[in-house]
Order: sequence, then structure tokens, then C-alpha cells
Amino acid sequence: MSAPTPKKMDVTIHVNGEARTASIEPRTLLVHFLRDELELTGTHVGCDTSQCGACTVHLDGNAVKSCTVFAVQAQGRQVTTIEGIGKVGDLHAIQTGFWEEHGLQCGFCTPGMIMSSHELLKHTPNPTEHEIRHALEGNFCRCTGYHNIVRAVQHAANAMSGTQAPAAADD
Amino acid sequence: MTKLPDSNYHAPTGPQKYMGKAIKRVEDPRFITGTGSYTDDINVHGQLHAAMLRSPYAHAKIGNIDASAALALPGVHAVLTGEDMKDVGSIPTGWLLPGLVVPHHAAIARGEVNYVGDIVAVVIADTRAIAEDAVALIDVDLDPLAAVSLGSQALADGAPLVHDEAPGNVAFQWEIGDAAATEAGFAQADRVVKLKLRNHRLVPNAIEPRASLAEYRAASDEYTLHTTSQNPHIHRLLLAAFVLGIPEQKLRVISPDVGGGFGSKIFQYAEEVIVLFAAKKLRRPIKWAARRSEAFVTDAQGRDHESEAEIALKNDGSFLALRVRTLANLGAYLTTFAPAVPTYLYGTLLNGVYKFPAIHAHVTGIFTNTVPVDAYRGAGRPEATYLLERIVSKAANELGLDPSEVRRRNFIQPQDFPYQTPVALVYDSGNYEPALDKALGMVGYQDLLKEQAEGRASGRKYIGIGFSTYVEACGLAPSALVGQLGAQAGQWESSVVRVMPTGKVEVLTGSHSHGQGHETTFAQLVAEELQIPMEDVTIVHGDTGKMPFGWGTYGSRSAAVGGSALKMALGKIKAKATRIAAHLLEAAPEDVEQVDGTFRVKGVPEGGKSFFDVSLMAHLAHNIPAEMEPGLEEQYMYDPKNFVYPFGTHVAVVEVDADTGKVKLRQYVAVDDCGPLMNPLIVEGQVHGGIAQGYGQAVLEETVYDDDGNLLSGNFMEYAMPRAEDMVQIQVDHTVTPSPHNPLGVKGIGESGTISSTAAVANAVVNALEAFGINHLDMPYTPEKVWQAIQGAKRDMPQAADD
Ligand code: FES
Ligand code: FES
Repeated sequence: MSAPTPKKMDVTIHVNGEARTASIEPRTLLVHFLRDELELTGTHVGCDTSQCGACTVHLDGNAVKSCTVFAVQAQGRQVTTIEGIGKVGDLHAIQTGFWEEHGLQCGFCTPGMIMSSHELLKHTPNPTEHEIRHALEGNFCRCTGYHNIVRAVQHAANAMSGTQAPAAADD
Repeated sequence: MTKLPDSNYHAPTGPQKYMGKAIKRVEDPRFITGTGSYTDDINVHGQLHAAMLRSPYAHAKIGNIDASAALALPGVHAVLTGEDMKDVGSIPTGWLLPGLVVPHHAAIARGEVNYVGDIVAVVIADTRAIAEDAVALIDVDLDPLAAVSLGSQALADGAPLVHDEAPGNVAFQWEIGDAAATEAGFAQADRVVKLKLRNHRLVPNAIEPRASLAEYRAASDEYTLHTTSQNPHIHRLLLAAFVLGIPEQKLRVISPDVGGGFGSKIFQYAEEVIVLFAAKKLRRPIKWAARRSEAFVTDAQGRDHESEAEIALKNDGSFLALRVRTLANLGAYLTTFAPAVPTYLYGTLLNGVYKFPAIHAHVTGIFTNTVPVDAYRGAGRPEATYLLERIVSKAANELGLDPSEVRRRNFIQPQDFPYQTPVALVYDSGNYEPALDKALGMVGYQDLLKEQAEGRASGRKYIGIGFSTYVEACGLAPSALVGQLGAQAGQWESSVVRVMPTGKVEVLTGSHSHGQGHETTFAQLVAEELQIPMEDVTIVHGDTGKMPFGWGTYGSRSAAVGGSALKMALGKIKAKATRIAAHLLEAAPEDVEQVDGTFRVKGVPEGGKSFFDVSLMAHLAHNIPAEMEPGLEEQYMYDPKNFVYPFGTHVAVVEVDADTGKVKLRQYVAVDDCGPLMNPLIVEGQVHGGIAQGYGQAVLEETVYDDDGNLLSGNFMEYAMPRAEDMVQIQVDHTVTPSPHNPLGVKGIGESGTISSTAAVANAVVNALEAFGINHLDMPYTPEKVWQAIQGAKRDMPQAADD
């Protein structure tokens, strides 16, 4: 039952377009690297079983649960977090969709929902309601009953396919 | 309870600019950009981390604790056990019933642990990872004792005792209603319908796990606690006065953005006590953040009733009497509001929306070796609604009457309000039939009945239609009354309106949003009343260092109680502003009106004073009425006259696959009446979310303990939460019957979805199963359970076997 202090390793990850280097324990999960080392606290932790999706980020353009990826596995790769999607005053169409359609209440699941929706709309620009629900299977929301989240994604799909090509920060 | 006062509500006379509008939320930009600030997002210089060693046994004697290996781990600062905290007070319960047994509840267990998750020791270390590593190195002698996990088992002769001071594991015996009158009702009955049912236990599962960060400043002997709380003032009061003995003004409790609560963040928890204690002891800030698997064994759980009910009826379906006996499993300790939930929030709601000549209910509160149970969204009212609405539907079925018709025949009528029920409450206002009619129309009832009949006849399609015509009691009040009933809390709410010299407004409210959007609805109210832009208003909550006092957000009280406090404070601001404007305009205050934001002499359109002019003069005080206090800040502590009673009709439509037992939600209609809607967008959002939670209980969620008290559903892989694919688009509509009790006429909506939907979905599933002769089945309706029930029914009814 001994637990020797683990050795540290240097990692460099391109987060939201910027190379970020830190010295971390190899067991550090990507979500903790983002939250604790880089202070990007928009990525949340809602579970310890990879079920809730609150920690969803993009790794090389694909949505992943950052609580199931070691930070060292992201060495040299591109990570986009909610902070890299859009900012207050310069929102991404998906963020606008969530705002317009009241797709959030406490907001805790919201960054993960937006990151998962982003992945869906990249591959399926005009999803059906069923496709949206299916794509969000890995993201829990305890507040909204998903009703307005589905509408938020539809809103975003309409906006993105209507006037502009899907604008995405990480692809 | 109390006599109904004259109406405090006056409907707005003119068009409204902000109130009642579906204005999108002002708090959303920070959440959608990931720049909110939840407790675990906050880190302070020099902070250490706490990790808990939790009991793996439901019941055990604590022997020797050897922490030497843990302490030897580099980065570990301390290991605390129950001995270290033996002078700390018991975590209190905030509601006392006559004869209630209140066992001592130590933050860190001493002598004995009483449920899986009870804290045995705490490690404080440089990082969370080191603290968790060290927890694994603590060597504890735990000597397992026999345990009980179900209420009825705990009552059995010879059952293991959870606490020596509670013989028979009984915490309380409580009754309400008139037993003799109820007996007489049964004596006259044409028919008696009986129902035995279990309302199983749930885990609230706010998606943000609980977290606490404590700081201590030795120089001033002051503490700051950041914590995930729905009611920071209650946390401060309990921690300061009852547990740690800190002078209350020396403890500041801040709950920043809170990621959902549903009740679970109301209560006083051991971890908050521990981090405050450790912060002082180690002179370092201490953070603890729950893992989800910890949340499953520490956050207060909900429901857990075993009940027997009987209803006495006439052949025409009219109700004569209701009799209920309930065993309420309270878990291992009494948490903050635990004794109130199965009593005053349950027994008093058993009347529902019907005319019952007599009701009698008896409740036994029981200790078991499980996580403590307390208020979970709806708190007692979902349990009452589920029981009543199930037995009413069962009665309709046995009478061969349409379930909507039986309800309609027994409704309290609009002219009957205020209505005194046989179980203490006086309902404020109501009009139940229009909500039912609207729901029947929206769901397409006649067509559904046809489709159901055809499906049954073909033996291929089993549709179920379930009703719930509910009433709930929100905004617990008034304080004097709840005090008489055992509450160790006031139930008023505070509001401070602080107008800046520039005419911008800061509102401090004692209620606290954890997703309900108060920053928007309260700003709407301010903008409407003061005739200023919403952008000029900031709502501040969640910090005992800023608010005078408050009781927080639970029991759907924020709009009815907190909103009313705000409305009253705004009235004082308006009156003072009008006097200043009148002074500046050299007119009498009665002759001054505010039009489009400008104060002017009635009938004189030119030469008015803007809100800015008045605010500035109030602060400069160069020219205000003689004797007037300078400034423009008002406070109001609003103690409501009574509860408010939202109501409505929900209809669920399900399809049961007889081959697999799978229940699919097909359609859901909710017609709610919460009085005037402050913001329909926000109201509907809460209804949707509530329905998903109630649906979750009916079909998916179940907290399962084995007989030894082990939690078998201890994480999201074992506990089924509703996902996007489980839900359908919900059809929502409203009727509007204002409450006469408060100046806004509002009734509260945060819990109605959950209160009503479990019953509606359960009734729908049983309605579908009536095709197989099944007239009750306990929730949750998992495919296996439904399939087994259908198979069993087919065996009992051979003629149906090859349908
Ligand atoms: S925290 Fe990653 S899935 Fe829940
Ligand atoms: S908005 Fe609260 S969990 Fe989704």
C-alpha cells in the first residue's frame, strides 16, 4: 500500500490555438490539466465515470470527454475548450442558439453540451430531432429536460446552414 | 391553517413592458462561454485539499485508527478523526416534531459508523491526489454490525438498532386529520379501493457535485466559506450557532454560481464543518470537492416511502374518505428539514384538488443504515401526489369510469375558495377544470382513446394515458405558523434596493438562484416598477457578507416570497423618489406621476425629472424635502400571509412494448397554473426540467440498497438518469389564477413538473397494463419489471396468453 510521489513530466498541448506547457504527474487527466494548470474552468467535472459529458472538449477537432484522457496523451495535439469557441460579445452560433432558446438553467452542463453539439453539426449540418437527441446521449442535463437544448441545437443548425458556413474555432 | 387575508394582489392596469415577457436570460452569457464561477472553479493562494475516508460498511464499530503511513506520505499535512473534532457540535436538524428522537450527528463519526459514506477520517494534503492516496494508507479497525436499509425491515421485531436512543428505530410517530370522521366515511362507502405502494428512493444528482472552500484569518478571527448552497444564510446560521460556535458575524458564506440543487444543496453537511474546522487548525485554506461517487453516498437522498392507502367511494365516483399509513425511511441521521418532509409537506397535501369530507394519515419516521433522506425537488408533495393520483386512477378503473371524469366530479369548485381541507391547509385560489379541459384538448384525448382501444383489440399496441391533477403548496409561511409546526427557521425573505446616484440599481436578495434565472426575473420586476432599462439593474445574491439576511431558494419560494419582498422594497423606493421629484417640481406628491420613466406633474407633459435627476438629488441632498433622509436605498423583509397553491393537469401518454417490457414516452402535456407568469421562457424551462426528473423516477431512477445497507446504485453507470433520448418535446400551456396572498399574485413553479409528472407517467404505464388485468405496479418501470408483470399476468389469465 505504498504510494510514492509520482515523477513529473513536461507536456505541451495546443489549447485554443496557443501552445501551453506544464510539468505534471503522468496520471493527470486532461480535464485537470485544463482546469488546474491553465485555469480554463469552463470545462467542468460532473462525474468520475465518463457518463455526464460536462468535461467535453475537442481533441484534434473531435469531441472527447476530457476526464477519460490523460493530459500526456494530448502531447503535441490541438485541444479546444469552451473558452476557444466564442466569447461574450463574439458568440459562436451554437452559443447563441443556447441563449436564444433558453437551453440552459444552472449552466453547469452547458459547455459540454455546446462542445458535443459542435461535433454533431460538423458532421450533420441539418440534424433531425432524433439525431440531436442521439448525439447528446453522453451529456446529462438535470435542469432543462433537454427540450430547449434540442431547440438550441436546431436554432444553431438553421443559423449556420442559412447564412454562413459552419464557423468553427478548431477545424 | 391561518385565515385567508384580504387580497394583497392588484392586477396591473396598463400594459407591461418587462413583466410577463419571455426575455432571454441576462446570466446566460457567462455560462455559455464557460466563464461562470462555480465553487470548484475558485482556488486561493496556499490552499490545501481534503479527502475523506468513508465507511465501506453500513454499520460498524470503529476501533483503532492508525494514520502513521498516511502521515508519512510527502505532502500530507494532517489526518483528522472524530477524536480531533469531539468538541464540535452535532449537525442539527432544523425541524422538531413532538417526541422526535434526534441522534447526535458528528461531522466525523466517533465510536460507530451508521451508513456507507459516513466519514471516519479526513486527510489534508497539498493536492487532492496526494490526499486521496493517503486516505488509502489509513488503517482502521471497523467491526461490522448488523444493518437495516428498508423502513419496514427496521421496524420488524429484533431488527438491528441504528441508534440506541431510538428504540425500534422509530424517530417519530405523526398523524393528521380526523380518524373518527374518516371511519364514518368508510362506513357509508359503496366501495373501498385499496392500494399498497412504494415510493422508492432517489438521488438528486445536481450535475455540479458539492464543493466547499474554507479560509480563516487569525488576525481578525474571521472565516470565509465558499460552498455550493441554495441558502447561504442557513448554512451560516447552522454552522455558526449550532455546530462550530463561531460568532455569526465572523463567518461569511458565499455561494457563487451553483450548478443545480433540487434540494440537495439546502442542507448542512459534514464536509463544510470539517473544512472550516481544519482551516483554523492548520491556518491554511482548505478545499474539498466531491467526486460523483461520493455524492451518491453523501448528498441527502429523496422520497423512500412505503404506504398503504384506502379510499371510500360512492358508486357515482364521489369521494367519502381517505386513509393513509406511511413508513418514511429517514436514513441514518436527521438532516436539516428531514422531519418536515414526510409530515407537514406530505400529510397536508394528501387532499389534492378534491373535496374529501374526511382524511386521516399516519406517518412513522424510521432510522435505517442508509444515506440520510431530506427534501428532494417537491419534497413530500410528489409523494402525496403520487399516492393520491394513483389511488384515484385505480378507483376510476375499479368503478369503470373514465379517470378524467372521476377527477372532474370531485374537484373543489372555484366558488369554494378559500378552501379548508381536512388536513390543515387553506387553499388560496383555484380553478381546476379549465386546466383539465385544456390538457384533454391538447393531448387529443378522444383520438387517443380510440387508438388505445384499437391497439388493445389487435393485441399489438399498448398505449397508456395517465392523468395527474395536482395541487402543491409553495412558499412555506407565515413564519409564526411554521414555528408552531416545528420549524427552527423563519420563512420570510429580504430585499434591499440600492439606487446609485447615477440611477443604476443594485438589488440584494436573500433568495439564491441555482438555475432559476433570478438575475433576469428580478431585474424585470425592478425595470417594470421603476420604469428604467433592465440593463441598469444588477441582482446580487449568494453572499452573507452582502445581504442583510435571507432564507434562500427552495420550496418554490423565490418569486412568491423573495419577489414579493422586492416588490415591497420597490414600492418604498417609488414613494421616496416621487416625493423628491414632487419637491423638485414644486408640486404635491399626489400630483406627480411617472410616465415613461419621467416624473412629472399630472397633465403637464414638459419639465419633468428623470429617474437619474431624482437619484442624483437624493444623494447630493442639496435640495430634498426638509427632514428627509438623504440617499435612495430601501429594505423590506416580507413575511407572507400564507402558502400559495399552484395547480394543474398533466397528461402522459406512453406505449408499452409487451414483448420487451420497454416503456416509451410518446407525448406529454402540462397545463400549469402558477398565477401570473413573470417570464414565460423561464417558467416553461423549469416545467420541462421538472417533468424530466419526475419521469426519471417513474421509469428509470432507483436507489438500491441491499439488505446489509450496501448501495448497489452508487454511480451513473448503475443509476439510470434521464438522457436526451428518453424525453420527448413537452407541450406546455397555462391557466392563470392569481394568488390573493402576495402582491405579485404569483404561486411558484419550480417543483410542479416533478410533483405532477411521476404520477402522470405511473398512471399511464398502469393504464397500458390494464389490458393485461394489471391494476398496480411499483415504479420504476424498467423493461424487466414490466415484462415480468406482463408474463405473470398472462399466466394468471390463460385466455390472454396468445393475444
Ligand atoms: S466529468 Fe467527464 S464525463 Fe463526467
Ligand atoms: S443546465 Fe443545469 S445541468 Fe444542464
